[in-house]
Amino acid sequence: MKYIEEFRDRALAENLAATISKEVQPGRTYRFMEFCGGHTHAIYRFGLPDLLPPEVQMIHGPGCPVCVLPMARIDAAIQLAQMPDVILCSYGDMLRVPGGKRMSLLKAKAHGADVRMVTSPHDAVVLAKETPHKQIIFFAIGFETTTPPTAVVVKQARVWNLKNFSVFCNHVLTPPALQWLLESSANAADGVPPLDGFVGPSHVSAVIGTHPYEIAATRYGKPVVIAGFEPLDVMQSILMLIRQVNAGRAEVENEYTRAVSREGNVKAQELMRDIFELRDTFEWRGLGFIPNSALRLREAYADFDAERRFTLAPSEAKENPACQCPAILRGAKVPTDCKLFGKTCTPENPIGSCMVSSEGGCAAWYSYGRQRKTA
Amino acid sequence: MTAKRFERPLDLKNGRIDMTHGSGGRAMAQLIDQLFANAFDNPALAEGNDQARLDAPAGRLAFSTDSFVISPLFFPGGDIGSLAVHGTVNDVAMSGAKPLWLSAGFILEEGFPLSDLKRIIDSMAEAARKCGVSIVTGDTKVVEKGKADGLFISTAGIGVIPSGINLSAKHVQAGDAILISGPLGDHGVAVMAKRENLTFEEEILSDSAPLHDLVAKMIASGTDLHALRDPTRGGLATTLNEIAQSAGVGMRLEEQSIPVRPSVRSVCEILGLDPLYVANEGRLIAFCAGKDAEKLLKSMRAHKHGAEASIIGKVVEDPRAFVEMQTTLGGQRMVDWLTGEQLPRIC
Repeated sequence: MKYIEEFRDRALAENLAATISKEVQPGRTYRFMEFCGGHTHAIYRFGLPDLLPPEVQMIHGPGCPVCVLPMARIDAAIQLAQMPDVILCSYGDMLRVPGGKRMSLLKAKAHGADVRMVTSPHDAVVLAKETPHKQIIFFAIGFETTTPPTAVVVKQARVWNLKNFSVFCNHVLTPPALQWLLESSANAADGVPPLDGFVGPSHVSAVIGTHPYEIAATRYGKPVVIAGFEPLDVMQSILMLIRQVNAGRAEVENEYTRAVSREGNVKAQELMRDIFELRDTFEWRGLGFIPNSALRLREAYADFDAERRFTLAPSEAKENPACQCPAILRGAKVPTDCKLFGKTCTPENPIGSCMVSSEGGCAAWYSYGRQRKTA
Repeated sequence: MTAKRFERPLDLKNGRIDMTHGSGGRAMAQLIDQLFANAFDNPALAEGNDQARLDAPAGRLAFSTDSFVISPLFFPGGDIGSLAVHGTVNDVAMSGAKPLWLSAGFILEEGFPLSDLKRIIDSMAEAARKCGVSIVTGDTKVVEKGKADGLFISTAGIGVIPSGINLSAKHVQAGDAILISGPLGDHGVAVMAKRENLTFEEEILSDSAPLHDLVAKMIASGTDLHALRDPTRGGLATTLNEIAQSAGVGMRLEEQSIPVRPSVRSVCEILGLDPLYVANEGRLIAFCAGKDAEKLLKSMRAHKHGAEASIIGKVVEDPRAFVEMQTTLGGQRMVDWLTGEQLPRIC
């Protein structure tokens, strides 16, 4: 895959690192958040912190769909899976995520629930067609990247007139979360300096375009650079952010022009609008309730909405009070500041949201960056 | 002349395993006779006893057990039969031993096609013959449909360790060089691609292969060899962590020295896998005194199963037993234990 290798070239990386070091102004810190877990993973997997000067601090954002799903929603998925004659289809990385009482879909499966790992919602709708005597529920998670495929299968289920297919919808939206972070960073009472800019999502932006981020620049005065997921993309974006900060600019720039336009994928956006509507509010693990930040199926597709079709008991799951994920997600703390990190909270036994997937800030830090003394 | 024991031969074209094939009666005897004994043909097995009687060789023995539950049973570059032989031979060979004898237990699911069983048995026999080992004892059980997935194989292997050879993870020490015998991830990716019905311009074949001959050549090279291990489930990363933990040392790798085929790398990108964690079935990791690294590398590259061998890093003092790697980009990262499961039922 030559196309990939070009974005992992060592000589180019060294050149970029040298330019970044040269352009960083002495005595100034640059606190940038990469919103996306994909970027967090790339930063650690390729050891980028070693190539950046100490003035540049990367803060790992909440853009990991597995991490931000609250325990109550995982408990709900487990409840659904345990209902008689139900097959719950889930993306593989949701299976290990603990809900209340350390239960997970993987453990529910071991206790007899029929949980199937799928790589696409299409697999689930086909299973529903082929298995008419079972209720097939697709556990839909993710940002705007995975939402259009869910919309496609809901439409398909309508065309096939399926009576045994539904979606447990947990799709969340990037712009409201970004705005929440901007608000909380600007109003932090703990003396933590505000964020200086954002490395914007890759794949999400391919769908929604760059224009939804403009509010970060216009209302909050923070630069955003949309970046690809390869390490050189990330470094180039950091350089672009540094240049904006140095020049006192706050704009939305696009490093990932090979996939992202200002308008995004209009067809995918229309499809999402057809099928989904905004929820008034939705809980994000680590962030709390954020208004207008998630989607559910429209009334016209209520037949395919697992939350309307099945009765779910409320979850009593509670987060561990010692968990520092909310502060880590805001950039107020680093993973090693948390008493649980690496002790009771590890990738094998995650307590907080940032440890549950390799895209979470704590898990990436633990698995790839544990040798370092500090963040 | 022996009495004719069976009226009709097995229907190897359309026949299926049924419960009588595990009952201990005539149907089972016929299955063993016509399929297993025929294919595995060797004097110890031919005696037809419940045990193989073997002459004890001089020296220390290496003894290992393994089981195989891979899905699918047939994959590009091998099948569960050849894999069972290679996997067991390799586990024995990592002690430096010359593998001699294998056992094989078969758990068959009712309804399993006899034609598939014959293919697998023939492949096992062929692999054993090429390895110079004999399958000297075996067992067959049949379970009801739905209680297994076609066929599971359980093996054991015995080999004899040449005098003066003492390889163990505990002997790995700071200053050792770390070598790998070939590119990573071929087996896991070949199986995954087959399972997911992915097709590529260039077919990726499993690296499943017996390594005892390569090991013999490495031993004959006269280098100061400390330990050998085949990086199967969990891949290179997990195997190195096991050894680092066991020996109480750290390891420092160079990502750009770790061979991965471009096709395998591409598939890993698409499927979100890290080649460092993908299973191999025909690769070994060697630890030798740093001064002998080049000499050992030369002896490995002279063998067909080590032609693409590479020195990938070194062992350092580190009480934390961390495996770290300099990335292709020049940064540093941990190479941690595998978390969860990357690919189920890979061997």
